[in-house]
Amino acid sequence: MSDTAKHGMAAPGISRSKAEAVNAAETRELYKKREPIYPKLAHGKFRFAKWLIMGLTLGVYYLIPFLRWDRGPDAPDQAVLVDFAHGRFYFFFIEIWPQEIYYITGLLIMAALGLFLASALFGRVWCGYACPQTVWTDLFIMVERLFEGDRNARIKLDRSPWSINKAWRKTGKHAVWLVIAFATGGAWILYFHDAWDTLANFFAGTAAPSSYVFAGVLTFTTYTLAGTMREQVCTYMCPWPRIQAAMTDREAVNVTYRIDRGEPRGAHKKGDSWDDRGDCIDCKQCVAVCPMGIDIRDGAQLECIQCALCIDACDDIMDKVGRPTGLITYETDDNVDRFVAGEAPRYRFIRPRTLVYAVSLAIVTALMLGALITRTELELNSQRDRNPNFVRLSDGSVRNGYTVNVINKANSARVMRLEVEGDAAINARILGVSDDQPDQIRIGADRSQRYVVYLTLPADAIDGPSEDIRFRVSDIATGETATTPSVLITGAP
Amino acid sequence: MSEHDKKRETDAHTGTETTGHEWDGIKELDTPLPRWWLYIFYACCAWAVVYWIFMPAWPALPGLAGETDHTRGLRNHSERANVAMALDALDAQRADGFAALAGSSITEIENDPELLGFVLAAGEAVYGDNCATCHGVGAQGFVGYPNLNDDVWLWGGSYDDIRTTLTVGIRSEHPDTRFSQMPAYGRDQLLSRAEIGDVTDYVLSLSGTSADVGAIQRGATVFEVQCASCHMADGTGDRAQGAPNLTDRDWLYGGSREQVMATIHRGPYGVMPAWESRLDEATIDALAAYVFLLGGGEDATAGPTGQ
Ligand code: SF4
Ligand code: SF4
Repeated sequence: MSDTAKHGMAAPGISRSKAEAVNAAETRELYKKREPIYPKLAHGKFRFAKWLIMGLTLGVYYLIPFLRWDRGPDAPDQAVLVDFAHGRFYFFFIEIWPQEIYYITGLLIMAALGLFLASALFGRVWCGYACPQTVWTDLFIMVERLFEGDRNARIKLDRSPWSINKAWRKTGKHAVWLVIAFATGGAWILYFHDAWDTLANFFAGTAAPSSYVFAGVLTFTTYTLAGTMREQVCTYMCPWPRIQAAMTDREAVNVTYRIDRGEPRGAHKKGDSWDDRGDCIDCKQCVAVCPMGIDIRDGAQLECIQCALCIDACDDIMDKVGRPTGLITYETDDNVDRFVAGEAPRYRFIRPRTLVYAVSLAIVTALMLGALITRTELELNSQRDRNPNFVRLSDGSVRNGYTVNVINKANSARVMRLEVEGDAAINARILGVSDDQPDQIRIGADRSQRYVVYLTLPADAIDGPSEDIRFRVSDIATGETATTPSVLITGAP
Repeated sequence: MSEHDKKRETDAHTGTETTGHEWDGIKELDTPLPRWWLYIFYACCAWAVVYWIFMPAWPALPGLAGETDHTRGLRNHSERANVAMALDALDAQRADGFAALAGSSITEIENDPELLGFVLAAGEAVYGDNCATCHGVGAQGFVGYPNLNDDVWLWGGSYDDIRTTLTVGIRSEHPDTRFSQMPAYGRDQLLSRAEIGDVTDYVLSLSGTSADVGAIQRGATVFEVQCASCHMADGTGDRAQGAPNLTDRDWLYGGSREQVMATIHRGPYGVMPAWESRLDEATIDALAAYVFLLGGGEDATAGPTGQ
């Protein structure tokens, strides 16, 4: 008996699905076999937004390694480059040294706080739209649809015995998947060496072994995670759905089934009255499109990645049966309760939770920006020898040893003057400088250099246990200066 | 659901079975694992077997696995061999530095930042392993063990002098060792207690730390007869004999009156091993340069007491 025969004539264009929420709570069993999910193509504004975001994120991922950025002759010209060999990270005009890893830490903290804030406001928007797992899975499902058709065709194909038709469709799909997976893994390695060189070397077989390993591993993970694991990744591997529960609350706007409008659900024949019944016609289109294999009408669930495709599916149906759209919609739990109680909805985007996240985010962002703006290309730090604390020479004068580290972050070599400020009687000696210009040092582009410096204070100039001094390095050409304070210990009481 | 499952309680809220365990009303959910997870577990078990075959894995009875007390695996993998290889690679890497060091003068070392960095790093490591026990981690020295940072040198402070001292040692078993001996004036009763006291005051007066005019005058006579042949008439010492300069403010065995007296009484006999037998020439070069560059090194042209 067909669905139509059972339910009578619905409004024109209404499709019904025998979709089952394969991941619904009741159908689970121990060591559950994975139930295949055949997401149906949705049409609507959220699907459109997802296509756009997919194009954008994939475009960014594949094209960024090829962007160029001029940094002068001694530095790479790739706009975004993680150069492990030389310990540098380049991001457009920013260049980060290993000891500046706090920029990355700050970036990760900002990303985390941003994620918390977005979750508190709008639930799992990250999961639904921007997460690579979602984007690549979406892309792989698109390919699947291209070869095997939409939901019903795919179910039919899977149930049919092997044939030439089935074989070429399956082979074609997996082949294209593999190509995409390889392109994904291949693009990854372009971020770690010059993109064009790597591309040429890779196919000539002369790239670094690690390039092949990473390209291979990421090809494998992309293929399995986006092609064959899909919703299993979100449900079982990813920690975020668990953390998410702590980030969101009853006032967060989530993809929600308006139980107040929908129930009691039931099939609806064209022309039937809408009185004394809900708007949900139990067509299960929301289940059919769901890539996670759940039924949004069961309420908020761990599995739901908030992709909003069920909104598109249901809006379509509501239009066709002539009811207002938004039976499934972005809504808060509290508002659904208010709707049930016949009250007007209320939105509170400024809540203690969102305030804390927003303020922390603002503070971290300000700190990072501050650090970035005040970042200099010349740095100096010094360490005084502690053992021995000071050396008394035969004529009674006192000598202290220092290791002075000069860091030149500029992309050109520089000649600098290294001096000490303090008691005029101090005699400075720098190891590793030429005798003609004993205070001049030369530091290559983008390098740091350590100098051993000995400061000697004559016996008659000693008038206390220690003297404050200051090292100063200045670029002879540009006048750029950096200083760092230290002391000279005399050993006198 | 199977017969077995039906007997189990299902939690109404989550729709998940419970394990049947209960603590104060809190029940444990038996949340289903996906089956692929189980397969990964099986795959790990299989991997363990593969690992046993290829890698050292099991303890073995003596004699059954050759030299070792464990199975070697098909790869015959050995961390010991890896370490040996890594050490060889390290030596190869350092070879360039040592090659550049050999034959370089100390000025050349000092003016070449690259070589200087290598020498300081290599020298520091060798120093820490061999010298720090006596001279201190920072080469600051102790009573009887010279401070190597200052500008006081018993046997000379040029790069070559330091290299020689390191090579042959002081009062060591090396045939060419640097050798000299100060008599134990008190212990061997070469001088009376009063004479030792007088000569102590004279010696201290050389660096301006005694003002006992009578004792100084008496001590000067003793000094001229007993000490001047090695420490020179003016007390500035003689590096050829390792006789220290007594006019400076540095005292190897302490500069108080009691310490100086005790030193004259017993006649010190400090020993430094000859490193020739323990370190190769390149290493001694690096060590000598390191000690030189601790700050007290002297130009080769400086005179014997060139301070
Ligand atoms: S919620 Fe909408 S799409 Fe889902 S079954 Fe009801 S009417 Fe159909
Ligand atoms: S329930 Fe709706 S929003 Fe959630 S994953 Fe399924 S289709 Fe997406």
